[in-house]
Amino acid sequence: MRTLILGIGNILWADEGFGVRAVEEFHARYETGADVTVLDGGTQGLYLVQFVEACDQLLVFDAIDYGLEPGTLRIVRDGEVPRFMGAKKMSLHQTGFQEVLSAADLLGRYPSRLALIGCQPQDLENWGGPLTAPVAAAVEPALAAAVDTLVEWGVELRPRAASAETFPRLLAHDLDHDAYERRLRGAEEETRP
Amino acid sequence: MGIQTPNGFNLDNSGKRIVVDPVTRIEGHLRVEVNVDKNNVIRNAVSTGTMWRGIEVILKGRDPRDAWAFTQRICGVCTGTHALTSVRAVENALGITIPENANSIRNMMQLALQVHDHLVHFYHLHALDWVDVVSALSADPKATSALAQSISDWPLSSPGYFKDLQIRLKKFVESGQLGPFKNGYWGHAAYKLPPEANLMAVAHYLEALDFQKEIVKVQTIFGGKNPHPNWLVGGVPCAINVDGVGAVGAINMERLNLVSSIIQQSIDFCEKVYLPDVLAIGSFYKNWLYGGGLSGKNVMAYGDIPEHANDYSAANLTLPQGVILNGNLKEIFPVDHTDPEQIQEFVTHSWYKYPDESKGLHPWDGITEPNYKLGPAAKGTPTNIQELDEAGKYSWIKAPRWRGNAVEVGPLARYIVGYAQGKPEFKEPTDEFLKKLGAPTSALFSTLGRTAARALECQWAVRKMEHFHKKLIANIKAGDSSTANIDKWKPESWPKEAKGYGFTEAPRGALAHWIKVKDGKIENYQCVVPTTWNGSPRDPKGNIGAFEASLMDTPLADPQKPLEILRTIHSFDPCLACSTHVMSEDGQEMTQVKVR
Repeated sequence: MRTLILGIGNILWADEGFGVRAVEEFHARYETGADVTVLDGGTQGLYLVQFVEACDQLLVFDAIDYGLEPGTLRIVRDGEVPRFMGAKKMSLHQTGFQEVLSAADLLGRYPSRLALIGCQPQDLENWGGPLTAPVAAAVEPALAAAVDTLVEWGVELRPRAASAETFPRLLAHDLDHDAYERRLRGAEEETRP
Repeated sequence: MGIQTPNGFNLDNSGKRIVVDPVTRIEGHLRVEVNVDKNNVIRNAVSTGTMWRGIEVILKGRDPRDAWAFTQRICGVCTGTHALTSVRAVENALGITIPENANSIRNMMQLALQVHDHLVHFYHLHALDWVDVVSALSADPKATSALAQSISDWPLSSPGYFKDLQIRLKKFVESGQLGPFKNGYWGHAAYKLPPEANLMAVAHYLEALDFQKEIVKVQTIFGGKNPHPNWLVGGVPCAINVDGVGAVGAINMERLNLVSSIIQQSIDFCEKVYLPDVLAIGSFYKNWLYGGGLSGKNVMAYGDIPEHANDYSAANLTLPQGVILNGNLKEIFPVDHTDPEQIQEFVTHSWYKYPDESKGLHPWDGITEPNYKLGPAAKGTPTNIQELDEAGKYSWIKAPRWRGNAVEVGPLARYIVGYAQGKPEFKEPTDEFLKKLGAPTSALFSTLGRTAARALECQWAVRKMEHFHKKLIANIKAGDSSTANIDKWKPESWPKEAKGYGFTEAPRGALAHWIKVKDGKIENYQCVVPTTWNGSPRDPKGNIGAFEASLMDTPLADPQKPLEILRTIHSFDPCLACSTHVMSEDGQEMTQVKVR
């Protein structure tokens, strides 16, 4: 059983980055086996098909507009997933991800299990902005939901030791969540009178 | 009432208006509005994009050595190209040179991205503008096999292969989950292929989908991971140790052999599938030569793929550099990215504010201050625009100009410049293609020509990858395994203030970044991307941009289903992911289509 844990979205557009930030945090917390891929998919769209077709179980973190309160998580499974990742009004950035799923289907290599952990965003217009407070607060429960699902799927997860600072981060070069937002906070402080 | 633009187009917006797609800023959507005359011929075209590229907001104050990682995130399809452009800009600003091996490896990564993008663009984002999937269901597999075997010796061409594929396709279509094939205008009068050519093309659509994953392995091998491979100011982040073993660590012979095998497979796929397909499809469309737009007038290429490291002069660039104006192929102007009079961005018709909007700004002095305001004749509300007013501000895309001229960029522009320079590697394959097609040189200046140039360039690029792979191995064998220069890695070694630029040819056209560095941090950073050139709105003089120009005078078989608009806009490979709606005059949504 090969498992893909995927975060998608654009980190430059505030809450649009939810999926990537969630998978980044997941990667920082858990070690996984050789049959698990933890991937920051960004906005790669169709280019993600090779990862999707190569897995049996697919878990996706993404910002999804369900029309709910900001920060609300909604988890959908299996046959329901494509529907939530297709229609323009629901999927905020990657109108392409539904196509990725159907492209994998067309190639005859569709994951047997799917789970989408979607978070209702608040702000998608703040270019360069941070995750908003309700969405940032949703990362923790999103991870818990992911862990539940993965355990149910029989995926082995090992929490990283608190001292394990040496593993390569999923996002580096000042793009990791903390560094990315630290500068934003710094800039605000600088402009304060 | 007609308006004559300085760049030679007669605009008449008195006829029926067709609107494609609502505007939203997320992702970067593209919207096109056209006016058609009583014969449904396009007489006015307005293109608006929502691409926001004010990356300086995010980069200001950050470390220039990290800029590539941020610029990779601007766009979902140009990732590596932005990263390469960024490291070149920083190296230019700080006077950093790179080793010869780093140049060869960067070229291979850039060419692999080019090949990958061209292939995916043609089969998965553009082919269905020429190929009718539903018609493929009625093809005769035997005749399809005969057709495929007549154009190429590609092995997957038996009647049984096409029969099986047709059954799979039928099941897929009948399941109601059309997936990538939904939103098509199947059965539209503008489709000209016989069922067999459609079936062959659909087979290759699937083969290309399966094959494209091989090409990106080049990014993984040299960039350490994919998506979002690693780059490095001063070279490449991979070390070379030819005697090493295993799939992790330094680049060894095993992995160089894997690259070689990927290159060989890519050459095969390009020469036995992609190019023959474009020729076969083109032969049914050689009388549909609309969409030329600016290509027969003004084109620009920055050039790329330096033969030797650290020399970005036109003579050392293997992809051509130059500007052609007014269709005069006899005179090619050089491009100087540092000249404040050459490349300038205007915002008269863009949703930004300049102190003096009659003037353009060179990117080093560029500013990105939003000013969202619709023109007085716009219909609808600012959050729900029914119809734009192109006399006012109407796009999030700025209008870059070269010495005041709107230009087209991209594979076709590169081929026209290379052709005009008389470079055999561009001219000969182009002439041969046109001869096989039975079309005159002027046929190049069209939507079909744009699509053909991309296929020709893909062939050029796979061959060039082979060249740099050999060059890398020869250099390593000669005892040079250096891949990075860290002499000026530390900010203490930098000048207090510096500015620089970097350029590449992205798959979809000329791309450049301009950077200012102060006290070791980024002070200003501006990207002018290919789709900004091609998708630009009007400028203060009234020149229309390449998308707009390309739609002019095109007849629509059915304005309710503007397949011809999509076909032409798609031929530019715009980096605007786009889900579009076709609206009727009263704003009723009629059909959904996909545009990228």
